[in-house]
Amino acid sequence: MKKIVLTVGLLVGLLKGVYAQTTNDKEAYEKRKLKIEEVNLVSGYYGQDGNNSAVTGGLGTEKLSDFANSIDLKLSFIDRKSRQHFINADFNIDHYTSASSDNIDPLTISSASRSDTHVYPSLSWTVKDDATRTSRGLSYSYSTEYDYQSHGFNVNFAKISKDNNREFSLKAGAFFDTWMAILPSELRPAGYGSAAEGDRDPVAYKPRNSYNLALSLSQVINKRLQLLVTVEPAFQQGLLSTPYHRVYFTDGSHTVEKLPGSRFKLPVGVRLSYFLGDKVILRGFYRFYADDWGMKAHTANFEATYKITPFVSVSPFYRFHNQTAVRYFNAYGKHGPTEAYYTSDYDISGFTSHFVGTGIRLAPPGGLFGIKQWHSVELRYGHYLRSTGMVGNSVTLAMKLK
Amino acid sequence: MNRIIKTSLSALFVASALSSCVTVKEYQKSRINDSEMELSARKSEKFEQSFYLYREGASGANGGKSGGGCGCN
Repeated sequence: MKKIVLTVGLLVGLLKGVYAQTTNDKEAYEKRKLKIEEVNLVSGYYGQDGNNSAVTGGLGTEKLSDFANSIDLKLSFIDRKSRQHFINADFNIDHYTSASSDNIDPLTISSASRSDTHVYPSLSWTVKDDATRTSRGLSYSYSTEYDYQSHGFNVNFAKISKDNNREFSLKAGAFFDTWMAILPSELRPAGYGSAAEGDRDPVAYKPRNSYNLALSLSQVINKRLQLLVTVEPAFQQGLLSTPYHRVYFTDGSHTVEKLPGSRFKLPVGVRLSYFLGDKVILRGFYRFYADDWGMKAHTANFEATYKITPFVSVSPFYRFHNQTAVRYFNAYGKHGPTEAYYTSDYDISGFTSHFVGTGIRLAPPGGLFGIKQWHSVELRYGHYLRSTGMVGNSVTLAMKLK
Repeated sequence: MNRIIKTSLSALFVASALSSCVTVKEYQKSRINDSEMELSARKSEKFEQSFYLYREGASGANGGKSGGGCGCN
């Protein structure tokens, strides 16, 4: 009830702010002052259940629920050289409960991550210059939760063709993360802490750094079809295994997961949007992925949007994903004790998954419920099914204010 | 051999799509500019992309986060 009251209060406050801003739009433009472009509010629930928890070595509950909220605010102003500046502030918070995380330390009531809040704000600044048809930008992101902290930096550049039909963009990012290496209770050396409140024994902190590069090319093919090709190489180094994941060997002994200290990933993606007739939009996505841990994956997503009226549409979708296991994966009790690296984390095992659902979107020209600034609302539901037996459900509500 | 054929076919598809482009004027873009024709993921897919990132080993090239930040559970 408290959450609903807070959400409604926030929404009313924002609407009031947007309205006050819009009435002064013309004046603000002439004076080149800051203007609110749009505000997006997204709330989501995700729940899953399965029986292959990595915390207990590939067996046991994977029950998890996550309630996520985000607000992003896009502001703009024009400088003296007629360049348009965009400032984007994005604040995300999610609260999750994970039944398997409780098994890190069954003796401690407040074991890490059984119930946790993940907060991740970001701030970006982009300058768009129509004279040179370029955009340049910088962004910073931060992420924190019980056992993890991250600082991310990104730079981006884009150039659009003279006829506005082609765009090339480049984005480079680096994330510098610090992870608290919490170990399962029975595998802690003497004097090693549990990370629970009140325990003064120390816990080791380990780094994990990620470097990403994204190159993309978008092209308008004709009046109804456009395409985007993306290549996103990524390199990670540091602690890439999860210290509280157990692994059980063929001889009955067990230890914590061990994975190499670096990983190179190469995903290549293609997106297509096609307007068929007057009422149907077909959107497709395909990605091929390969990494140096031996995983290969294919992901295909297809969505058909049907416009019931120009302002109401339904979008059924289907996503297919297939991946091979990393070479270090094996199930509970199947690893040999002489292996150099080992994991029983089913998220990096070989499986096929299906995600099917639908979305409905309302965007009336006069705004929703007569509120001019309430541009659109979208509700989306999906059911996730993995060949390992894990199932999940996702519900998302997205609202745009302009 | 199979991989070479697949790669060649994909390259051929992209090349033929790009070569068949026509210049589309701004006033002809009513359909291309429809908000549901966007080439990026929808806002409502934001959290779905997070759970793919944690529940599946493959990530990137979909407009979502492809590293850093964790949120793994």
